[in-house]
Amino acid sequence: MKIPATKYPVERFTLDNGLRVVLAPDRSAPVIGVAVVYDVGIRSEPEGRTGFAHLFEHLMFQGSENLEKLAHFRHVQGAGGTFNGSTHLDYTDYFETLPSGALERALFLEADRMRGPRLTEENLRNQVDVVKEEIRVNVLNRPYGGFPWLKLPPVMFDTFPNAHDGYGSFEDLESATVADAEEFFARYYACGNAVLAVAGDLDVAETMELVKRHFGDVPARPAPPRPDFDEPDLTQERRESYADRLAPLPAIASAWRVPDPIEAFTDYLPYVVLAEVLTDGESSRLVERLVLRDRTVTSVGGYIGFMGEPFEVRGPTAALLQYHLPPGGDVDKVLRAADEELERLATDGISAQELGRVQARMATHLLRDTDAVLGRALRIAVLEEQRGAPELINDLPRLVGEVTPAQISAAAASLTPGRRASIEVIPGAGK
Amino acid sequence: MSETKRALPALLPAAPIALPSRSERRLTNGLTVIAIRRPAVPLVEVRLRIPFAKAHLARGALLSQTLFSGTEEMSTVDIAAELQAVGGGLSASVDPDRLLITGNSLAAGLPRILEILGSVLDGAAYPSDEVATERDRLVDSIQVAKSQPAHLAREALLRRLYGSHPYAVQTPEPEQVRAVRPAQLRALHAERVHPAGATLVLVGDFQPKRALDTAEAVLGAWNGGGKDVTLRPAPQPTPGPVLLVDRPGSVQSSLRMALPAVPRTHPDHAALQLANLVFGGYFSSRWVENIREDKGYTYGPHSLVEHAVAGSTVLVSAEVATEVTGPALLETWYELGRLASLPPGEEELEQARQYALGTLKLGMSTQAGLAGLATTYAGAGLRLDYLAAYSEHLATVTRDEVAAAAARYLAPARAVTVILGDAEKIEVPVAALAEVELE
Repeated sequence: MKIPATKYPVERFTLDNGLRVVLAPDRSAPVIGVAVVYDVGIRSEPEGRTGFAHLFEHLMFQGSENLEKLAHFRHVQGAGGTFNGSTHLDYTDYFETLPSGALERALFLEADRMRGPRLTEENLRNQVDVVKEEIRVNVLNRPYGGFPWLKLPPVMFDTFPNAHDGYGSFEDLESATVADAEEFFARYYACGNAVLAVAGDLDVAETMELVKRHFGDVPARPAPPRPDFDEPDLTQERRESYADRLAPLPAIASAWRVPDPIEAFTDYLPYVVLAEVLTDGESSRLVERLVLRDRTVTSVGGYIGFMGEPFEVRGPTAALLQYHLPPGGDVDKVLRAADEELERLATDGISAQELGRVQARMATHLLRDTDAVLGRALRIAVLEEQRGAPELINDLPRLVGEVTPAQISAAAASLTPGRRASIEVIPGAGK
Repeated sequence: MSETKRALPALLPAAPIALPSRSERRLTNGLTVIAIRRPAVPLVEVRLRIPFAKAHLARGALLSQTLFSGTEEMSTVDIAAELQAVGGGLSASVDPDRLLITGNSLAAGLPRILEILGSVLDGAAYPSDEVATERDRLVDSIQVAKSQPAHLAREALLRRLYGSHPYAVQTPEPEQVRAVRPAQLRALHAERVHPAGATLVLVGDFQPKRALDTAEAVLGAWNGGGKDVTLRPAPQPTPGPVLLVDRPGSVQSSLRMALPAVPRTHPDHAALQLANLVFGGYFSSRWVENIREDKGYTYGPHSLVEHAVAGSTVLVSAEVATEVTGPALLETWYELGRLASLPPGEEELEQARQYALGTLKLGMSTQAGLAGLATTYAGAGLRLDYLAAYSEHLATVTRDEVAAAAARYLAPARAVTVILGDAEKIEVPVAALAEVELE
């Protein structure tokens, strides 16, 4: 089936203070998505301050120049909107979805905290407590917490930026200070390091006026130099395991380094497609083999990047495969079978028909992500931040569709056991 | 800090809710088809809701996992591949009210995704090998669910809340699943998977009348019949001692409360929604501002009105640090009691009202959102135009009505309370506040 081409308008501007702005008008519903993305994430946090990028994200909601604590939440929700923020490996986003009549209010709120959050001891201690509960909910009090996104990087990588726990240790979180937060803001939350994106029910000219009104006087501060986080590829297999006292069943995840998502996009894209060829649905290679035929796993997932966002991550990153096994399952057998399937793809190739259907399904997923104004705003913001190319939002389905069978085979051929890092979950529940 | 305070920009007046263009048709076999236009992306969303009350729990669960496991002509893999070829996918799930089939595809794939859906509805074969595979997978996923605190807390709350009503147990036990045979799935399908009472919702980039024609051409021959099964009304919460469910070593306590509520069509519905928002139904609520933003006891507390066909309930949930379980319970009662006893402030009510009205618009701003709303409403005998009436009701409900709803539905004396956590650590602190029953 032909992959439909979209032509959503995408307009780019840069304010005099260096803030980059991307607008994507779509008047099909009376709502807007507003996103501000800062080019700082987990990889940039200092040693001894694991979890700090995320903790700082929480502090950005605790009041700012003209806003008391709780005011941000109340002003967004009292305008009929929703908000959130999230911390990723390479960026941190802040966003709202609102009825379109609240556009100026949302711009005001984002500009106010871009000028400076209220960093106080009381708010810091409160949010350290909240973040600890977040970590308990998502990691410590549940089975498979942090698997594999927090557990596999330290096996695969050797340097602190890539290997450390991005949620943070309680010790590091508790020792964070207001001075740390001030320094982090001063260094990374510069308007030259940020992108503002608005998508949805907006007029481009009017919106630019509003953006200038609210962000125009944010002091110009340049982006800090971005360190090169690259590491050499693995030269031999790495494998570790850990006991999860809450997990009832075994699991294992493997990762292989892939080409740089930004610098080598053409070489990288086949891996994004390969992950789907291997794991998207019952007709994918690994589901058919491992789940339906061998019955050696109960589920398998494949994706690019430890947070599963192939178009929002920088290098170094990886292709991941993760498996949940039945009771007493044999992880080595599973890895061997996956190796066989990769070899088969590398040697026998993939038919245009099989690849075509995977690409059609990927187009649906990509388009579906951008139906929501917020999905569109976030994607164009990060595409601008990392690539200076927000219009890529229109091209991704087509570019995914242009990946060839030969590229898939070549990508599969590179996922060899010798370049693999794996982490195994030893189930401890009931023991 | 700057010297001059900047003023918060005013909101532009909100337009009244605008419903998308849509059409509906009842096919001769009894299937209701609703087609809703939203052409913002070249896709379609598909939902098929089939009434499933009183279906055997374990068989129903396994049926939903094997519905797409093959027909006379196609294998599991064939079905998945055919769907993928039009950028599509379909899956099924069950709850005590319905079987729900959910999917989407590229817009041009609508006829094909409906054809495949039709072939499964008419001819799902439940092949022995595939059923055996999915049976084991379902058992494993139930084992994993049983190691998750949120699941265990919900199970305990439902049991306490619903007693002998079918809503009391919504997840089968592994041994019940292991006992299910393919012939039983075929029998359940033959008995219950029928168009009478079912609703197909299509949302996407199409002309609604043409989408209806497509659905009629493809699914008009889906065999008629089926039987009408309704559940007795679910009981309202019966307060009792706090039920403590032991989870040794738990580093958090899962606090759950259930309170009475009314369905969407009840005159108190809008007032209760707003009362719930003011209490704990959104971030800027009293409860969240108290136990998260002031005290740091928890990360994501929330309260919502959950509607099922046979009854509605207010569900209050928070995962709190083990050492503050008692204080968190106390603050929860305090905030419920305060709202049940004293009317809300004008400003906080307006804020909740704007949130309720605004988020309705957000909810209908995507294909998937519209599909979910239309399907859920159809299950309650409502249509999308309910959104307009509900908006009007939210806009006009008075402070007195909200106060009355809070007194009637959110009084802590009416709550059923369950806490899952490390009993050794939390029993004494909780027993200082209320009578405790240890499970």
